[in-house]
Amino acid sequence: MSLNWKAGGLLLGLVFFAAVLLVKPIGVSTQFVIVDGIIGDLVNPDLVSQTDDGITSTNAYLAKSGGKYAKSVADPLNYSFIFVLAMMLGGFLSAMARGGVGQSERSIPEVWRANFGDSTFKRYAVSFLGGFVVLYGARLAGGCTSGHMMSGMMQTALSGYIFAAGAFAAAIPVSILMFRKEA
Amino acid sequence: MSSILLAVVIGAAFGAVLDRVGASNPNAINRMLNLTDLRLAKSILLAIGTGSALMFGGQMLGLVEVGHMSVKTAYVGVFLGGLMLGAGWAASGYCPGTGVVAVAAGRKDALFFVAGGLLGAAAYMVTYPAWKASGLLDKIAGGAVTLGTVPGSKYEGLTALPGDILGLVLGLGFVALAFALPERLVRREATQPAPAE
Repeated sequence: MSLNWKAGGLLLGLVFFAAVLLVKPIGVSTQFVIVDGIIGDLVNPDLVSQTDDGITSTNAYLAKSGGKYAKSVADPLNYSFIFVLAMMLGGFLSAMARGGVGQSERSIPEVWRANFGDSTFKRYAVSFLGGFVVLYGARLAGGCTSGHMMSGMMQTALSGYIFAAGAFAAAIPVSILMFRKEA
Repeated sequence: MSSILLAVVIGAAFGAVLDRVGASNPNAINRMLNLTDLRLAKSILLAIGTGSALMFGGQMLGLVEVGHMSVKTAYVGVFLGGLMLGAGWAASGYCPGTGVVAVAAGRKDALFFVAGGLLGAAAYMVTYPAWKASGLLDKIAGGAVTLGTVPGSKYEGLTALPGDILGLVLGLGFVALAFALPERLVRREATQPAPAE
């Protein structure tokens, strides 16, 4: 079963607090770059390399800030990468324990179906394009809903407020225009 | 090694709570964003408020390490990237963290989201030098700043207000907002048309 908003919000807040108490604020979107780097380095082994000054990359983005992303690509068994894998484990166990996601819901969420019908191609295409725009935007912004909005606003970071303003300024009109029917 | 253990425990808890609160369910995301069901928004506000009040309250009591704070830099690209993320979030119903949790929960459309996300992140890696050259990544308003000045923090404050007290007050404000927000703001057309009056 799902949690009511109060219990869910409280638990979510406790997780964000536990993270900053024990380690550091939660963030996710950087790990998409790390996975890209790992794939890229398999295809082109020159992408990430060891130099006298440490690990660096031929890609300017991986090499920035003293090569900190390049370092994670070379050794992904670090806190932030394992964290995202563990999120998947937690999400999997939680979903299984409540009986899983229904068969038709698995490919097309019901609100989407009510507005756009039964074409899985259409749903998958928009999911793919949405993913592209979301991660491009998250890397441009330097963080996503977890790192900027939740962790950032929780710490009273100015950047978190700027990010949230941008995200909702686009998300609410797009959702209102796209999803006119309730389900 | 202990940091890996913490990653597993906190990460799994985060994934499970995202699943149970409905954040990895595109229906709940779009009911929130089209303003027809704001319970998820209430959860998010309560979570930010709870986390903030505990963190800053804990700092004031000396129980929470101020050095664990990690504040990101403010620049124009943060707003532009936020707009892009918001548009894609609404269209797909997923953001980076909830997308991977949704894949784990068995949602097939989320696999396409994550694949698109990997390509989008790669596209940013390739185009990063142009953004850097554009000046849109240059810091504004002091860069990595908090709204007040947090005692003992390496980050500067946008204002000289005591950052820990401000954080506690804003945290409680988010909690109050969570309770004040109605569960629904607008009513849209139902899938099955209601009989004419």
